[in-house]
Amino acid sequence: MSVDTQTVLRIASLARIAMSEEEAERLKPELNNILGWVEQLGEVDTSGVEPLAAVIANHTRMRDDVVTDGDKREDILANAPVAEHGFFAVPKVIE
Amino acid sequence: MVSNYRIQGATGEWEVVIGLEVHAQITSHSKLFSGASTEFGQEPNCNVSLVDAAMPGMLPVVNGECLRQAVRTGLALNAQINRWSRFDRKNYFYADLPQGYQISQLFHPIVGEGEIEVSLDEKDPEGTVKTIGIERIHVEQDAGKLMHDQHPTMSYVDLNRCGVALMEIVSRPDMGSPLEAGAYVRKLRSILRYVGSCDGNMEQGSMRADVNVSVRKPGEELGTRTETKNVNSIRFIQQVVETEARRQVDLIEDGGTVVQETRLFDPDKGETRSMRSKEDAHDYRYFPDPDLLPIELSEEFVAEARASLPELPDAKRHRYENALGLSAYNAAVLTAEAETARWFEKLAAESAKKQGKPESDVAKAAANWLISDLFGGLNKLGVDLDSSPVSAAQGAELLALVADGTLSGPLAKQVFEIMLETGDDPEKIVEEKGLKQTSDTGAIEAVIADILAANSDKVEEYRGGKDKLFGFFVGQTMKAMQGKANPKVVNELLRKALG
Repeated sequence: MSVDTQTVLRIASLARIAMSEEEAERLKPELNNILGWVEQLGEVDTSGVEPLAAVIANHTRMRDDVVTDGDKREDILANAPVAEHGFFAVPKVIE
Repeated sequence: MVSNYRIQGATGEWEVVIGLEVHAQITSHSKLFSGASTEFGQEPNCNVSLVDAAMPGMLPVVNGECLRQAVRTGLALNAQINRWSRFDRKNYFYADLPQGYQISQLFHPIVGEGEIEVSLDEKDPEGTVKTIGIERIHVEQDAGKLMHDQHPTMSYVDLNRCGVALMEIVSRPDMGSPLEAGAYVRKLRSILRYVGSCDGNMEQGSMRADVNVSVRKPGEELGTRTETKNVNSIRFIQQVVETEARRQVDLIEDGGTVVQETRLFDPDKGETRSMRSKEDAHDYRYFPDPDLLPIELSEEFVAEARASLPELPDAKRHRYENALGLSAYNAAVLTAEAETARWFEKLAAESAKKQGKPESDVAKAAANWLISDLFGGLNKLGVDLDSSPVSAAQGAELLALVADGTLSGPLAKQVFEIMLETGDDPEKIVEEKGLKQTSDTGAIEAVIADILAANSDKVEEYRGGKDKLFGFFVGQTMKAMQGKANPKVVNELLRKALG
């Protein structure tokens, strides 16, 4: 598997990373190197092996349904570039 | 059963195929993966933990109650419970989703296939029953809330709802008309409320639907579908089906093609419009969430969930008909909402106790009174059953007074009017207003004698064979007695007097 420049640009756009075509050109071989390296795993015969859901052979622990958190608006908003009236304020997004 | 709903196009008739994805907020105190509260209507961003805000290094831990409620819902829909399931990440960027992905279940949902029986005619609950398939139920996180109208250039973000647990209940494309879609959502809502896994409050957004619609010529292959997002009332769901099917038929007949896309419903204009352009087609890059281990449910967990289920609406409806002798219509009305059924059962139990009879003897009168008198009265007051000024015990007392002959039908209605106004006990009202029915034959006979004397011409006609006049004499007597005479006694005495 390998990616072309268009695919690199598309992945960048889906991840909301601004990228010029030159940058994409430069990243393309880097990504393809990584993909090629991972692809070595394809050499292993995995027929008859169940897909692995987690590397720990265990299942999830469940929490009790109690309120133990919250009421920390100042902390939540502390890093927001803009916050007004207790809300995060972001450039207008409307569909 | 195929629906006979058709859209009339220029080239003939078109069938409509509908599938619904209903998002139901799971009733819980805390969120799906954090200990923040789910309470509605709090100050913005106060019900938010560092997990919900997606601060680096925070790890989700699943709320067992949310899984239990999803399993109970699945069992109530006769669905397969998957003892092994898993969470996946659905990746997309939006201002209401600080993680940059929603934790959901694409590949291994907690609940598999099930089904619901819906009746399409409220007046005839057993007449037209249709089975709608459930494809799956999965558990996922809700997103935050965006407000666009508070600032000229900014949108405000409130993350209180972010991370609250949702069940997405996905139907099979088994519905063929707006009526069927409405009946399905109504029934689903009823079951969720019986189970207690969702409050079903559509105004507050606890239940909303994505409506998938496609059209085809009868008998042909499925057409391309569109998905109209976040429709939050049954009426709007039906409107979406109508307008979207019409739009697709017109589009195809004008030589166009339906594009598989996401649309939005504008309730003011009553139309749907495209939400995202094609180039932006979803690419959610789902993958298993590495922060969460698979969910393994023990046999006991599922068995306990099953044992905790209440009697469900269909079973209750059949019991009301078969064991209590109610009409199919009354049974359907009383079981549609869990609250109504609870109220009715209290009323029937109290009535049985007060009258010393089995419930099956008093249930019919109780059902009729609840459905016509109480519902009618509450309707006029504009309140629902929860805030009824008349309690079930008071209703049972009123019914007992009718049963033992203290009150006639018309008198009972009078007493009930006063109960609605004052909330007083019926016995007290009867006592204070002197509304007791009388079986005092002497008093009634005297009144009858006066009436027959004053209407000698009618007495002649009656004796000449005009039987219908009997009702006239009954009416006159009751009027003269101010409605307080026992109608049975009046009938007897009149028959005697008229010979």
